[in-house]
Amino acid sequence: MATVTHEQHAAVEERERVIVRFAGDSGDGMQLAGARFTDATAASGNDLATLPNFPAEIRAPAGTTAGVSSFQIHFAARDIATPGDTPDVLVAMNPAALRVNVPQLERGARIIVNEEAFTRRALQKAGYDDNPLDDGTLDPFELTRVPMSSLVSRALEDVEGATSRQAQKARNLFALGVVAWLYDRPTAVIERWIDQKFAADDVVRRGNRAAFSAGWAFGETSELIDVRVRVAPATDVPPGEYRNANGTTAMALGLVAASVRSGLPLVFSAYPITPASDLLHQLAPRAAQGVRTVQAEDEIAAAGIALGASYAGALGVTATSGPGLDLKAEAIGLAVMLELPLVVIDVQRAGPSTGMPTKTEQSDLLQALYGRHGEAPLPVLAASNPGDCFDTVYEAARIAIERRTPVIVLSDLFLSNSSAPWRVPRAADLAPIDPAFAPPREPDDPPFLPYERDDRGVRPWAIPGTPGLRHRVGGIEKQERTGAISYDGANHARMVAARAAKVAGVDVPPTALDHDDGADILVIGWGSSEGALIAGVRRVRQRGHAVARAHLRHLHPLPPDLGDVLRRYRRVVLPEMNSGQLARVLRAEYLVDVRTHACLEGRPLQAAEIERVILEEIA
Amino acid sequence: MSTTAEPTGTLTRADFQSDQETRWCPGCGDYAILAAVQGVMPDIGIPPERVAFITGIGCAGRFSYYMDTYGMHSIHGRAPTIATGLVAARDDLSVWIVSGDGDALSIGGNHLIHALRRDVPVKILLFNNRIYGLTKGQASPTSERGKVTKSTPDGSLERPVNPLATAIAAGATFAARAVDRDKAGLADVLRAAAEHPGAAFVEILQNCPVFNDGAFSHVQDKDEAVLHRIPLEPDRPLRFGRDGDQAVIRGDDGGLRIVPGAEADDASVVVHDPTIADPTAAFALSQLGVDTGHVPLGVLRRVPSTPWGEGLVAERRAALSTVDDAQLDRLLAGPDTWTVGGGPDA
Repeated sequence: MATVTHEQHAAVEERERVIVRFAGDSGDGMQLAGARFTDATAASGNDLATLPNFPAEIRAPAGTTAGVSSFQIHFAARDIATPGDTPDVLVAMNPAALRVNVPQLERGARIIVNEEAFTRRALQKAGYDDNPLDDGTLDPFELTRVPMSSLVSRALEDVEGATSRQAQKARNLFALGVVAWLYDRPTAVIERWIDQKFAADDVVRRGNRAAFSAGWAFGETSELIDVRVRVAPATDVPPGEYRNANGTTAMALGLVAASVRSGLPLVFSAYPITPASDLLHQLAPRAAQGVRTVQAEDEIAAAGIALGASYAGALGVTATSGPGLDLKAEAIGLAVMLELPLVVIDVQRAGPSTGMPTKTEQSDLLQALYGRHGEAPLPVLAASNPGDCFDTVYEAARIAIERRTPVIVLSDLFLSNSSAPWRVPRAADLAPIDPAFAPPREPDDPPFLPYERDDRGVRPWAIPGTPGLRHRVGGIEKQERTGAISYDGANHARMVAARAAKVAGVDVPPTALDHDDGADILVIGWGSSEGALIAGVRRVRQRGHAVARAHLRHLHPLPPDLGDVLRRYRRVVLPEMNSGQLARVLRAEYLVDVRTHACLEGRPLQAAEIERVILEEIA
Repeated sequence: MSTTAEPTGTLTRADFQSDQETRWCPGCGDYAILAAVQGVMPDIGIPPERVAFITGIGCAGRFSYYMDTYGMHSIHGRAPTIATGLVAARDDLSVWIVSGDGDALSIGGNHLIHALRRDVPVKILLFNNRIYGLTKGQASPTSERGKVTKSTPDGSLERPVNPLATAIAAGATFAARAVDRDKAGLADVLRAAAEHPGAAFVEILQNCPVFNDGAFSHVQDKDEAVLHRIPLEPDRPLRFGRDGDQAVIRGDDGGLRIVPGAEADDASVVVHDPTIADPTAAFALSQLGVDTGHVPLGVLRRVPSTPWGEGLVAERRAALSTVDDAQLDRLLAGPDTWTVGGGPDA
């Protein structure tokens, strides 16, 4: 934040990291503006993390605070971990967006508003008695008032055929142009996107280009913004080829990769539900990779179809969010009993019931671990950042296929929507996946035993159509080895134990510990809170304190050394976006006094609160 | 699915009989159905390892254990979902669903409707005994109004579901009905179902001797059956009863009705044609006899089918086999990448 040089009218300030938030009505195209800004930022070589935030209603009443949609991006010249806590720059397209977001700004933050949207009617809708642009409310901030509506209209005057409605819709690209200029983003990435997206309608394409250019030109010429900000490319990230990806994209690619590497066709079955539907949308166009998607009649059918596909010898996958996981429980239980592969992805959202469908939470953990009748253990894995969604779902598929078991993968809304640079994995580096179908048998061979276990406790996967392996499976308890129906209690006890032992035997690496010498506090987490924990711990260390951090992907079975690790520290703190679900598990499992920091506000954990929580424990 | 049978020649009933001890109650209609299915399987000519029976829960659900084919005894009502997944991944199997009235029409009603409207290439055998048997005698969705059971001591308040009407309304391209003890008629219907390329729905009236004995005696007992069965034979006028003394005509309201045979001249008797594209004809047959106790038996509807996802299994397998590491690398990288660092020390 040191060097300031002058270039044309605007000084240029070097910053290590910046947080920008685009906010407007849910019809204002803020998600689009944010996503394009993210593309350009990725192309600049910055490290970045994003946080989309939008209402559950497709179009909440226009202009109200309920309808405000926002997109936050944190980008830096160094490795960063979270989408950031408080924005340095807020773009507010209307009074409601200003009202909702101003409380989260720190003194000195820049606010860019479309001043023409601050009409009396719009102010009333947002709940303002007086215009905050004029009454001193915003004095603590750097306010930039831009007459966006008329500037966009003027820019589109030169585009033959452009309508006033189009001008209204293009305001987001004007705002994007202003912010792109402010941070010196490469325009080519954005312009190429506009050209491709609107290739079918030249008037719209040219109109949007004009609006974007007008925004950039406004920044350059208006002198309203006197400091441009430069954020150098990040250099402290591991070398390699990077792309930008959100959790949904990475997870969809992970499933395709698992299909390709195992040679098993992917059958992905789902029922529309927010936010998991995006996985269906991303996999449906993947026919060229052999993917078959089925939009099922309900969540139950989606799970049944995936399980039926696994029975057939494919990679059966279903994805859902909380309410759907309730409904899939019976199919998951059957998969436990059949000992067939099944991958179930739960993109968690705030519950219970419908809860807050567009807000994030990690509160399905106990359901994933225990939410079935009977003794029905299964592996549970959680992804911790967007790129990790790829690795986690790939590993889940490998475990499911090789161990003949359902596996639940926990993601959440924040992870699925949030994007970050992702070091692109190489196909050749991916662990092999061996389905090892049971081979055909000759009539003279000894009888096939569908429930005979190998030394890992794993039974054969004998797919229909294989000569010599005809057998029946079902939800009724089976005689060990033969698989025949059995109501023998002693056999049941052995089968319960065998199924549990098979899952407990899944290979889990030791706890990855980020430990400072002398640290006696361990901060441990799971899932999407990884970034906040990394950033929070970093801040505490910058204050000179020693602290250790660990993050779990494997929630069942847990890492083999986890108990020893936990007992090494005077204090163990576990922040999670629920009331303490993993803490409860760890206490029960290891008799360690794990302290919970619960966040149930429908938002990701933040670096500042993690820092505060740790400092409280140190004090 | 592929309906071309491999040359087998020597298949017999025994090839389809598993070594599991059948555990239905003595006298259960399921025995007759099992024998009929095992009996027609050699005629269908598909080797047993390419046949899969998927069942739900209930007495009928045990069916899969007794067939020496591939089989899965799944979840109450969910057999159509498992079978749909199976055919989403495989086109070389003959897939059969065995279900009951509670399984298919109550807890699994949604899946039945969608399997039929999708025209999933499966055969659906619905054993209708109008009672919950395995749970020991509660009213089922096909129990008649006023039926006294453990769960309806004052008589059921509800109108029963009409399985064939439901199937036809859901868009079934094949819909048929048979009786457990009518060996020949049942075998004919099963063979016709096996030949149908899309979803084939077969209601089989099945006696539960313990909880609903005699529910279908009017079509099972020889003397009664001749009075009540309405055999559906393609291109034949619907005359039935003792010496054809009953006939089916189309009434002024468009519905079908039963009249004394003598009152109906040949021109007015309905000639059965299961291939009529408009489902109204089959729907009218599904309503015929509901109030009088007469029961049309045979194939009500058999129209051309475009089975769900035809060709997709082979297409997707072929696509997958062409994806090599280089292509996967390109897919993972996507259109926009950038490189950080120049070497291992960067």
